[in-house]
Amino acid sequence: MNVSAGLLLTLAIQFGMLSFLAIGGGISAVPEMHRQAVEVQHWMTDRQFADLFTISQAAPGPNFLLVTLVGYFTAGISGALVATLAMCGPSCFIAYFVAKAWDRFKGARWREAIQSGMVPVSIGLIGSVAFILARTADTSAVAIGLTLATAYMTLMTKVSPLWLFAVAGILGFAGWV
Amino acid sequence: MPWSRRMLVDIRKWMTAEEYNEAFALCQFLPGPNIINLSIVFGARVRGAAGATAAVVALVAPPTVLMIVIGVIYAHYGDAEALQRILAGVSAAVAGLILGMFGMMLKPLLRGNWLRPVAIVAIVVVAIAIFRIPMIWTLAVMCPVSIAFVWHALGRAGEVQNLKKPGLERGPDPDQGGAS
Repeated sequence: MNVSAGLLLTLAIQFGMLSFLAIGGGISAVPEMHRQAVEVQHWMTDRQFADLFTISQAAPGPNFLLVTLVGYFTAGISGALVATLAMCGPSCFIAYFVAKAWDRFKGARWREAIQSGMVPVSIGLIGSVAFILARTADTSAVAIGLTLATAYMTLMTKVSPLWLFAVAGILGFAGWV
Repeated sequence: MPWSRRMLVDIRKWMTAEEYNEAFALCQFLPGPNIINLSIVFGARVRGAAGATAAVVALVAPPTVLMIVIGVIYAHYGDAEALQRILAGVSAAVAGLILGMFGMMLKPLLRGNWLRPVAIVAIVVVAIAIFRIPMIWTLAVMCPVSIAFVWHALGRAGEVQNLKKPGLERGPDPDQGGAS
């Protein structure tokens, strides 16, 4: 694949920005990644993004590695490496320096306010991921049922999601979804 | 994430449960992938910058290679009809998993003074998922508002109890928070 330097630069800038914005975890960045990759840059379709997200969740390893898949899909191996580095680099620096300072302000009111104040925002971002993915994935009654059943099992039981993915994959292969 | 706890706290005993919870709470709100932040915080504590670098590289490099291999396979066979059918099923289940995680994280917010945090969650979902407002603008507005709410609540709690005991709201339980 012949990749232009401009495309790699765009990837580096987009994912570098996301690295700063992904409060509460890598998954918080997914809605913005989707907006960029599908709606703004037109790197892939809705379906392809949902596929890559699904693969990153089902595969072993930390699931923020969706960035690697999106980078690869967009610009080959160099794209995968650039996207992964851009996503990890900036936040690593912040984590390193904040971790050193943070312990000193233990018990300070502003520290508590920032820490607790970010929680509802990051939960809202995760809710957005669920909404965006469900909109693409739930195109049939069976699919909606699978989504609701998995959500119920996740909330109410300790069944490993991998079993649920396996069942869903079999149903899909059988052509029922 | 639950794995990291088992490894660091239960098996290797590199951290006490309390240290882990403290580090986890910090990583919860720092930007970037939690698991990476955790390894930085941990690596830095043990061996400074070199420890932090080693921890991150060891954590990220192998799965990155795996992801590239998967990416190659998807690029070749992504359009294959059978794979599309399987992915359609698994996508629906993954959507459910994220929805379930969302519910799990929402639960602790429903205790006590729930109205404001739940309103923040709802506004973020509507802004990001429905109106597709760029994340940076949503955060620029909602983070300060949410922080101000907590600041205010902490102040009131302090006056009432005449104590400066913080910790009104807690983040999601480290054992349950599935987002890594």
